[in-house]
Amino acid sequence: MVGARFVEEVRRRDPHGARVRLTVLGAEPRPAYNRVLLSTVLAGGLSARAVELHPAGWAARQRVDLRLGVTATAINRSRRAVHTGSDGIEPYDELVLATGSRAWLPPMDGLDDASVATFRDIADCERIIGLAHPGARFVVLGGGLLGCEAARGLAGRGVRVTLVHPKQHLMERQLDAGAGEVLAATLRRLGVDVRLGVEAQAWEPGYGLRCGDSGVDELVAADALVVAAGVRAETDLAAAAGIAVDRGVLVDDRLATSDARVHAIGDCAQHAGTAAGLVQPGWEQAAVLADLLTGADPVARYGGTPSVTRLKARGVDLATVGDPAALDRPGAEVLRFADPVGGRYATLALQGDRVVSGAMIGLPDAAASMIQFYDTGSPAPADRLGLLLGRALPGAPETADPTRLPASAVVCRCNTVTKGALVAAWRGGATDVAALSRATRAGTGCGSCGDAVQGICTWLAESDPPVLSPVRQEGAA
Amino acid sequence: MSPAAVLATSKGVATHCPYCALQCGQWVDGKGSVDGREFPTNRGGLCQKGWTAGRLLTHPERLTSPLLRPSRSADLAPVGWDAALAHVSRQLAALRAEHGPDSVAVFGAGGLTNEKSYLLGKFARVALGTSQIDYNGRFCMSSAAAAGNRAFGVDRGLPFPVTDLDDAEVVVLAGANIAETMPPLMGHLGGARLVVVDPRRTPTVERAIAGGGMHLQPVPGTDLVLALGMLHAAVTDGWLDADYLADRTTGFDDAWRVAAQWWPERAERVCGVPASDMRTVVGWLGAASRRYVLTARGAEQHAHGVDTVTAWINLALALGLPGRPGSGFGTITGQGNGQGGREHGQKSDQLPGYRSITDPAAREHVAGVWGVAPDALPGPGRSATELLAALGRPGGPKALLVFGSNVLVSAPDGNSVADRLAALDLLVVADVFPSETAMAADVVLPVAQWAEEEGTMTNLEGRVLRRRRALRPPAGVRTDLEVIAGLAAELGAAGFPADPRAVFDELRAASAGGPADYSGISYDRLDAGEALHWPCPAPLPGAPVHPGTPRLFTERFAHADGRARVVAVEHTEAAELPDDEHPLRATTGRVLVHYQSGAQTRRVAELAGIAPESFVEVHPDTATRAGLADGEWARVVSRRGTATARVRCVPSLRPDTVFLPFHFGGEQAANLLTNPALDPISRMPEFKVCAVRLEPMA
Repeated sequence: MVGARFVEEVRRRDPHGARVRLTVLGAEPRPAYNRVLLSTVLAGGLSARAVELHPAGWAARQRVDLRLGVTATAINRSRRAVHTGSDGIEPYDELVLATGSRAWLPPMDGLDDASVATFRDIADCERIIGLAHPGARFVVLGGGLLGCEAARGLAGRGVRVTLVHPKQHLMERQLDAGAGEVLAATLRRLGVDVRLGVEAQAWEPGYGLRCGDSGVDELVAADALVVAAGVRAETDLAAAAGIAVDRGVLVDDRLATSDARVHAIGDCAQHAGTAAGLVQPGWEQAAVLADLLTGADPVARYGGTPSVTRLKARGVDLATVGDPAALDRPGAEVLRFADPVGGRYATLALQGDRVVSGAMIGLPDAAASMIQFYDTGSPAPADRLGLLLGRALPGAPETADPTRLPASAVVCRCNTVTKGALVAAWRGGATDVAALSRATRAGTGCGSCGDAVQGICTWLAESDPPVLSPVRQEGAA
Repeated sequence: MSPAAVLATSKGVATHCPYCALQCGQWVDGKGSVDGREFPTNRGGLCQKGWTAGRLLTHPERLTSPLLRPSRSADLAPVGWDAALAHVSRQLAALRAEHGPDSVAVFGAGGLTNEKSYLLGKFARVALGTSQIDYNGRFCMSSAAAAGNRAFGVDRGLPFPVTDLDDAEVVVLAGANIAETMPPLMGHLGGARLVVVDPRRTPTVERAIAGGGMHLQPVPGTDLVLALGMLHAAVTDGWLDADYLADRTTGFDDAWRVAAQWWPERAERVCGVPASDMRTVVGWLGAASRRYVLTARGAEQHAHGVDTVTAWINLALALGLPGRPGSGFGTITGQGNGQGGREHGQKSDQLPGYRSITDPAAREHVAGVWGVAPDALPGPGRSATELLAALGRPGGPKALLVFGSNVLVSAPDGNSVADRLAALDLLVVADVFPSETAMAADVVLPVAQWAEEEGTMTNLEGRVLRRRRALRPPAGVRTDLEVIAGLAAELGAAGFPADPRAVFDELRAASAGGPADYSGISYDRLDAGEALHWPCPAPLPGAPVHPGTPRLFTERFAHADGRARVVAVEHTEAAELPDDEHPLRATTGRVLVHYQSGAQTRRVAELAGIAPESFVEVHPDTATRAGLADGEWARVVSRRGTATARVRCVPSLRPDTVFLPFHFGGEQAANLLTNPALDPISRMPEFKVCAVRLEPMA
């Protein structure tokens, strides 16, 4: 989908193809779709068709030579050409790798079975849905972002789900231990059986997932397995062509690889300022590369994308920013709030008033503002408790009790009528609501202060025998 | 048909408030005393502006004699009407002769009656022959109007009567602060759960929260993303009205392809509104059977205001609201005649009846009513901001006639506006009071105000109302219609009556067959108490009179195929983003006791006493960082200018945002800061967000 975004960005800058001719090779047999929404498809919120990025005929209208089901097999850099599976050769002036990543399969037996699915593309998604009839027992292997989303989505389909994770807490790449515990508790409340610190040994079709560690052996009974144990960047093409790769294809701020004619964006790319596996960096990279390759902005540079994670799982409001390791760095100001019973947790690390890392569960307001402070780098509010809870703490609550209301309190906002003015009018002889309204205009705008005026009227009648001479407003009450 | 209306009682004459588009019913007596009058929009109530409106009638600062500046460096001095009009027409004729008709320009207002709006447009096109006419409604309703036309095929602010809102269960107010701007309208929302979209925790927000509703607090300039995130949630949470979309709309698939990329969590990252709040609100809307989405200037006054309104319309269409009894989409018109003012030809691209000036059939019809050849009508002119920016420049107008507008305070980038006005050969201002703009004029023409004149206004629900005379204008004052008629006569142009009824009858003919068809509406029917919403065409011979159209879209939308358009719209950043020099986003708006540029309300002692000066709302941390404390005076600095304002620390405000009211003039004018970047379709300036910093006063 980052490749598709790149094509859109190029055509936005070069709508008629005057500067750039585009050929797109796609291994999948279908046009591009939005991978981020697959967990929503799995959860039942969207149909597979609803996540398609473009309508039929879009590529032709955009003057894009789109080849679906065509797998690139090699890059010949000296001839500047890409070889495809069907003995085809596609020459290029500039080559953009947007090959994404593939699901990583742990080394264990039994995975080559119809009851096992990874969770990476739409075909995976359709297979999982096909297996997920109500009452079915699923194991989701891997408690990272994708595994948690898959487990939650399956539970929402009436499937019995066990989430097996080898580490001691969920989403350890993004969460500190406390947050991981609250997330596990939240998922358990939603019907997911969460097993932590459990090593999977083998998938036994018809039985379940064999787990074990140092002699302890356990079978998690299940009908189907979803492997969400992590992803690996698709770097094979680049590596085989002698392009520098590490975890991903190494790119600089111009998204160029070690070969200046070859570029990489999205999950397959490795840039110093960016965490892998999120879509936002890929989209930003697509825009920068389109600026460069169309000449729209020759000095465009990609400087990294702040790392923000948001779990898409109904009933689980989880957001993280930055690296949880920042919580332990010297000089970090760390704020924490934990409410495991209420399913709420907040942790924030600040460096000199700037939010550098944090996680929020069950605190949607705080999550939204944490992300904004992190993204913009603007200084966090001095009210740290408000920051942690997501809103400024209320001051003293406004009282509706006429006795305690100060004389200067505005009772009728539409006409700026204070309690003092009402008391003065009362003392001037306006001793019922209608008369008070005539005398002061209170209640003659939107009418919402009617109850308050009635309350003051009642209070005055009970406490203050009317004095039938005008009293100066200032001295009232 | 309702019984004959009571037009006058011991309380005075039945008319309507001079201020906003709610057009609350008023009694005004011969001494200028005001009382609330039972009317569906206000039910006898008034806000403080309305109650005190009578003070304007007998105000000591009233202009009662034409003023003329013999030369640009001289002071304004009283002069007789004949001399003033002769001076103006002589100069206009000379400029036209030397530089062509487009060297003279006209600037109107959304506060002018239908009759004035109509006659001013005709005056520009026929008597002056200029294409250069626009009005301050460009700053007000243009984005909502363009979005409404695009989606529904017609633009009527509320396509249903205000009283329909009484039964609403859920109302989303996108960028509306009606508890301050239109207080009596809140009386129609008492039963609804309110959702208020606003960067500030306004009194309207307070009411929403107190009533179990919600505040969605986006970063200024990101409202469109919020609406996209909510549309996404409507789809994924199963609230889409697929039957309605199939039967009554086109284009949803394309709109979804954009919204699909804005899942709530991604939208949240841009707009700052919690994703769960988006889902909650969409759930409220989806589960209710009587629900409304209403926009106002907060959503509209952006360089992408049309698309922002469109995004809210798309949400409403996705949920099946528009045209369904008890539900709907609407925009809350601001100025008193903001609706009628945008229909009858004072807009640069329009002819009466909401016709397009580029439509050959429309030109032929209107030219026929005006007794001129269609070719003689000029084409579209510059929009308000572009018109002001062209004044005194090569190829731009050299003279400007201003009616009912205080552009020095109300237009964006006030310093540039002042420069442009100073570069004119001739500035003529017709006004009631010596406004900032009037005081910059070469000729000032004192005109009558609301309770001193007859006419019609069209309120926010498209209902045509009678404005009636309760007392005579002061000696030396003429009505705007008399001024236009007088200038036309001086220029030798025929067909410019000063009698409002005669003008209205001509307007009826000119509007006949147009989208805003008034031909079946008459003073007699209105005076008989009929509630007439346009379109109200004249009946064919022998047919019964048309009852007007309180509710649009119940059967079909106004596009030729009867379907509404779901137009795919994408988020674009605000035209100006914060940087190190200007790290804050400034937004502007209103306070309860002032109206527009404050030319009227700042002169009412009771109102000025409550809000005497400008202020800047700022988060306490942001104030501290700028070296400021609550109550101190600050300089608010943008790339275009500096405004002074008293600091008001507001803990509920976003720390990245400051707010200023735009009612004040001189050094306190918020529009010294604002960005004249324009919406590509509506030409609305970006009033609602610009980058600023705060400084202590030296």
